[in-house]
Order: sequence, then C-alpha cells, then structure tokens
Amino acid sequence: MAEQAVTGYKKWLEGIGEQGVFFTGFFRNIFRGGFEWSEFVRQCYEIGYRSMMLVGITSFIMGLVLILQLRPSMLQMGAEAMLPKTLAVSFIREIGPVIIAIICAGKIASGIGAELGSMKVTEQIDAMEVSGANPLQYLVVTRIIATSVMIPLLTIIGDAIGLFGGFLALNFTDDISFSLYFHKCISSLEFIDLFPALVKTIFFGFAIGFVGCYKGYNSNKGTESVGIAANSAVVTASLWIFVIDAVAVQLTSLLFYR
Amino acid sequence: MQTETKHTQKEKPADNNEVVVDIDHISKSFGEKEVLKDITLKLKRGENVVVLGKSGQGKSVTIQCIVGLLTPDAGTVKVFGDNVAEMNDEQLKELRTRVSFLFQSGALYDSMTVRDNLEFPLTRILKIKDQVEIDKRVEEALDGVGLLDAIDKLPSDLSGGMRKRAGLARTMIVRPEIMLYDEPTTGLDPITSREISELILNMQKKFKTSAIIITHDMECAKITADRVVIMNEGTYIAEGSFDELKNADDKLVRSFFNETT
Repeated sequence: MAEQAVTGYKKWLEGIGEQGVFFTGFFRNIFRGGFEWSEFVRQCYEIGYRSMMLVGITSFIMGLVLILQLRPSMLQMGAEAMLPKTLAVSFIREIGPVIIAIICAGKIASGIGAELGSMKVTEQIDAMEVSGANPLQYLVVTRIIATSVMIPLLTIIGDAIGLFGGFLALNFTDDISFSLYFHKCISSLEFIDLFPALVKTIFFGFAIGFVGCYKGYNSNKGTESVGIAANSAVVTASLWIFVIDAVAVQLTSLLFYR
Repeated sequence: MQTETKHTQKEKPADNNEVVVDIDHISKSFGEKEVLKDITLKLKRGENVVVLGKSGQGKSVTIQCIVGLLTPDAGTVKVFGDNVAEMNDEQLKELRTRVSFLFQSGALYDSMTVRDNLEFPLTRILKIKDQVEIDKRVEEALDGVGLLDAIDKLPSDLSGGMRKRAGLARTMIVRPEIMLYDEPTTGLDPITSREISELILNMQKKFKTSAIIITHDMECAKITADRVVIMNEGTYIAEGSFDELKNADDKLVRSFFNETT
C-alpha cells in the first residue's frame, strides 16, 4: 500500500517535471526564430473560425435562457428594468468567458490532443524530428499561441451574441427597443468588468492549447492512446479553466473591488 | 540488379571502406525488457545492409539510436565519426540533414498534400526560398517514384504503396548520404513490395547513398542487400551475403530463408 502511494507520488512528480520541461520548450521555441506563420494562420482558422458557430449558438442560448430565468425573480422584486444590466455584467464578467472556454476546451483541446496523439502513433512527429525540422515549433508553439489569441476573440463575439439572445428574450415579453436594451447593457459596464474578463480568457486559451498539445505530444504509441489523450485533454483543460477563473476572480476582487 | 549496384560501388573504390555508421557494443532496455544486447554493426559508404529478423526483436530500435531518437544504455553510435549521444541540438539537426529515415507507415503529414509534404524539408531544412527551385525538386522527386499524378492529393487519398513511395520521395529530396529504412515493404502486396525494393536500389545507384534496411521481407532483402545481418532476441546471430546466409549451416539462420524462399 505504502509502496503504491510512493510510486503514485513519484509518477505525479515526474508528470509535473515533464510539464515543466514542455512549458520551457514552448517558451524557448517562441523566441528561437523561424516562426511558422502559415501554420499559425491555419491554426487560427481551424481554432477560431471553425469554433465560431458552436460558440455563437451556445452564447445565444445562454443569453436567451438567462433572461427567461431571471425575469420572474426580477419582476417579483420590481427590478425588471435592471435585467439588461444584470445580464450584461454577469455574462461579460463570468458566464460568457467560462462557458465559452469550457465549450472550446471540449472542442479544441480534444481536437489538438487527438490530432497530435494520432501524429505520434503514426510516427509523424518522429518523422518531423528526424528530418531536422522542429516539431515543437511547428506543432506546439503555433497551436498554443493560436488558442491564446482566438479564445479572447471568440469570447468577445460570444458575449455580443449572448447579449443579443438576451435582447430577443426580453423583446418578446417586454417589447424593449434594440437601442434602449444595448444602451442599458453598455452603460452598466465599466472598464473593470471588461478588462479582467478579457485578460483571463487569454489564460483560458493558453491552458486549452497547452494541455491539448501536452497530452497529444506525450501520448503513448498505440491507437488507444489517441482516445486517452483527447479525453484527458478535455478533463484537464476544463479543470484548469475553473482554477484560473477562481484565481482571476480573487485577483480582480483584490485589485479592483476593495 | 545487385550486380549493377556493386558495379556502381566499384566506380568509387576510395570511398568503399569508409565507415559512415559505427555501432559499437550497444545495449538498450525498456523497463525490464532488454531489447538490444551488445550489438555491433558497421555501415560502409555506398553499402546497403539489410537487418533481418522477426518482429519485436529490436531492429527498429537500432536505427532509432543512429538518428538520436533513442539513446543506448551502453555502447556508442558514431555517424561520420561523431558520437550521436554527445551531440547537442544543432549538431543533431545537422546530422539529420545527412541521414534520412523512412518510417514503416511512410509517416506523411496528414494535414498536408503530397506537394506540401515534400516542400516541408526543402524549406525548413535546406532553407530553399526560390519557389521555382522547390517546384522543380518536388516534381523531380515525385517523378522518380512514379507519383507525379498524386502531387496535389492528401495522404488519406493514397494507397499504402503510394504513401510509402511518397515517404521515400520526401526522405530522398534532401539527398541524404545515409538512408535508414524501417520495414519499407511491410503490409504491401508482393508486386508493390518488389517495386519499393527496386526503388530503394535505384536510390542507392542514383544518389550513392548508404543504407540500413530493417525488414523481414526476404524478397526485399534479396533485391536490396549487399550484406545481410540476422537478428534474434536482441543480438546479431549471423552476417554475410544473402546467398551465404541462405546456405548457412546454422539451422536458425537457414530457417529465416526456408520459410519464404
């Protein structure tokens, strides 16, 4: 029993060490020169453009549902006029970034994990390495930077669509005009609502890209490993999103809301 | 064909004795399993050495040590006189421009067309910028393996044999001095296997490459080998020409040949 615990602890420490090496390798290769711009643009397209529909639909439904759920309670309190503000602040500060990041973790981290995992199984990463090219620079750096850039952009788009969903729900019941609704939404937002929310999405993007790449790049050589890499990438990235969110909220509270 | 190859070697007698790969008493274990046990092998310039053996005997591990994908637990691997284990990243990169590796599956990059696969080493390793030169070399390489028609296809649209040929073209496009072939004919029908074996031989003649060919395909060994080494349970048990080993006294050695030829 004690032996098993020691082995498990050793394995856990080894994993931390491997991630540290991977992390260092990523940063070293960013500044090494010969950045793979064409692959980076392709990844931005794959990660950003191809996730837009999913993010859009999810955000739209979230905005719509939140208004429908909030309205009866707000009506009871006579705070119906506060609905646009409530939605705007909650969606932009917290719900939008986290939900969009979780959705993207499911789609993008698993995609990257499976893609790199299958490249490992079919010896494509080894082939790249023995050909003298740099697989870390070509495969990892481009993907992690692409997710770090595209997740904030997707969040901005998702936030806008979510607020629009909220408008449609409110317009059905309260016949509010488009300009009044968005005026109320925007006037209720301050810099400290927008800036920390946007900054944390960069970290969400980094976590999604890093975890996806790490799990795929270090998967074992077997077809089963591809599934394991994809699955483990989603679970770990989702967990990291919540951890980063908790830290970001604490930091924001300390810095801006005292 | 073998005679022709040897004739080619005779044209460059001064190079014939230069040892380009010197594997000296290497051992390698994975966990409890000892895969390589005190292996020694020398590859001379312009020579094709075939390593024969059953699957899972450590044949591929040997050639992975040559390009630094794996490091032996004991012994040394010297390529062009330099110890691979002591090379830094830049030296390894330099080495890998002179030594190419053809993987069992061809290992074409899935997301790229055949053209992009072949352009990849040209732009990243040889740093060629001139698109006209790149196009010329890609087309030449594909023509050499009879795949010019598939230039804009994705690897998923190619058959197993075509993938191997495209993989071969990609490795040869940088004109390496040493080629390492990992099971080049595995999983192919006999006709395609023969075509690939003949391509390997043609590459040797055309580019004067030295090669280590890992296989358990006797037909491939017969066509390509200048020298055959037989591996069993992580160690080399016999060495000689194809015909010498085929008629060897040792029962185990002969059994490799009797099964298929």
